[in-house]
Amino acid sequence: MDTSRRRVLQLLGLSAAALSAPPVLDALAAGPPAAEPKIGTAKEALTARQWAMVIDTRQFKSEADVAPLVEACHKIHNVPKFDFKRWEIKWLWSTHYEQAFSGTTSTRFLSEEVAHRPFLVLCNHCENPPCVRACPTKATFKRESDGIVMMDFHRCIGCRFCMAACPFGARSFNYRDPRPFVKETNQLFPTRMKGVVEKCNFCNERLAEGKLPACVEASEGKLKFGDLFDEQSEVRELIKTNYTIRRKVNLGTEPAVYYIV
Amino acid sequence: MLELAIKGSKRYYGWIALLLGLAGVGFLVYLKQLDFGLGITGMNRDVSWGFYIANFTFLVGVAAGGVMVVLPYYLHDYKAYGKVTILGEFLAIASVVMCITFILVDLGQPMRVMNVLLYPTPNSVLFWDTVVLNGYLFLNLIIGWNVLEAERQGVHYQSWLKPLIYISIPWAVSIHTVTAFLYCGLPGRGFWLTAILAPRFLSSAFASGPALLILLCLIIRRVSNFDPGWKQIQSLAVTVAYAICINVFFLLCEVFVAFYSQIPEHMDHLKYLFVGLHGHGAYVPWMWASMTLMVIGIILLVNPVTRKNELTLIVGCICVFFGCWIDKGMGMISGGFVPNPLHEINEYIPTLLEGLITIGVYALGFLVLTLLFKIAVSVKEEVRV
Repeated sequence: MDTSRRRVLQLLGLSAAALSAPPVLDALAAGPPAAEPKIGTAKEALTARQWAMVIDTRQFKSEADVAPLVEACHKIHNVPKFDFKRWEIKWLWSTHYEQAFSGTTSTRFLSEEVAHRPFLVLCNHCENPPCVRACPTKATFKRESDGIVMMDFHRCIGCRFCMAACPFGARSFNYRDPRPFVKETNQLFPTRMKGVVEKCNFCNERLAEGKLPACVEASEGKLKFGDLFDEQSEVRELIKTNYTIRRKVNLGTEPAVYYIV
Repeated sequence: MLELAIKGSKRYYGWIALLLGLAGVGFLVYLKQLDFGLGITGMNRDVSWGFYIANFTFLVGVAAGGVMVVLPYYLHDYKAYGKVTILGEFLAIASVVMCITFILVDLGQPMRVMNVLLYPTPNSVLFWDTVVLNGYLFLNLIIGWNVLEAERQGVHYQSWLKPLIYISIPWAVSIHTVTAFLYCGLPGRGFWLTAILAPRFLSSAFASGPALLILLCLIIRRVSNFDPGWKQIQSLAVTVAYAICINVFFLLCEVFVAFYSQIPEHMDHLKYLFVGLHGHGAYVPWMWASMTLMVIGIILLVNPVTRKNELTLIVGCICVFFGCWIDKGMGMISGGFVPNPLHEINEYIPTLLEGLITIGVYALGFLVLTLLFKIAVSVKEEVRV
């Protein structure tokens, strides 16, 4: 009895090996694997070592000055509009000096003009981003080529560790399916599904086509965008010739958004 | 040994049915959450972790607390704990099961959870938390099961278990240290940015875990023929007494640093929790309840007269357990997120639905705990006879 059982098992094992042999042999016999498709760069694409933004806050007087920028950003990126605050999603928004620079600079006895000025806030695309450090799946990552902190909406597991790690509150989570709340869908940019995190991407999809970020384009010169490490760039020139501040520099994340106050 | 779990009294089956019912309700509500998204919870853009992660954090502590019986028995040869080590290990298993379930129900895209292993990211603390929690689960399963099986057969457990037992001791410390590192390594979250967070987590773990174990031992004494032993319970009570004192001491250290340095980013979270900030103070009564419970716990457990009295011991342990639960569960997470990085206040209040899911997860954990304890107690009864 035992011998026959052993025999049956042997036969089963042999047949399994025989059945699995062809695909294995095929794989070994096949030539070198076809070269992986390469992602090229368009000729007109804008490139940089580290993209940076300079916001000339002196030119923003009221909400009317920032609304078109926010509108442009949220429209092309299919950012949903919720009336219920808990589900709110925002990539670019305006706040007061006191909020934008809490813990950074003195916010007491401000000049009335500054206190009333709207301050645009967005992802800072930090040179040393804590959100990237926190992400357990590399769904958020710093692109080597130009320093943009990007999101892979298809890899994100929705653990929201990046939201806890971000010291600027720049990230939003899709607490429900956002698609019904996008008024007009821009077919050129992906919509998101529920359960993933999203944030400003410095318009990497536009840079690839040689266009400046949507908010910069809509700002009529109030926002400047360029390579932080190019001495000739407009942003470097502005930083050199103006007194600029950044949010929470004491944390060492090296934000790439500079404010002229 | 599994068969022991399905041979029980009517009362036992009634309890199992109740737990299954609660877990079932939780599961149905979870299906709703899966369909709609995490929008059914009270979480928002500012408080992006809530009740699930709070309970996860607390239960990692309960799991780590089991080591307080394993360590004296295996390292110091404290023979008396031979009767209760298995209970500590099985409590750890049930707690880790709850921890992992809480993480899963908190994920926005749970079906993608394997991405953590597909794209391992050593710079993420969450990756390490996955590793240590699952490791701890398997260590306790293997050790607990084999030691109990050996006891049932009347033989000494296999020698290859010994290294695993030794590894499990620092491993218990690691699960709660790594869990604390989830929080305390984040720039710009003043409430969590403190090197004492991991020690604080451990001290509350070594208070709440053994406190629960004492209560469970007392229940086992009532409902079974196995007596975990009054001496063992008393030794555990001493552990709880020391741990809860250290926990409160650590908390006071935090309060001192925040309020003597007067750094707003560190003070404001504590102010929000204990006295309210800019008119917002949903957690104020809870935090004071937590402090009161922990102080009552200290008084009842440090004083030998009340510690040796069964009734006051029970009250003391319940106080310690719930005091730690409020402090570490509700306060730790909400307090860290409010005020937000822009110094705005958006309070977080859990919703009924997320409460039901939470109860469901607890029911699942207690189901696992009941089955494991039933097996352990049945073996002990067998061996004694």
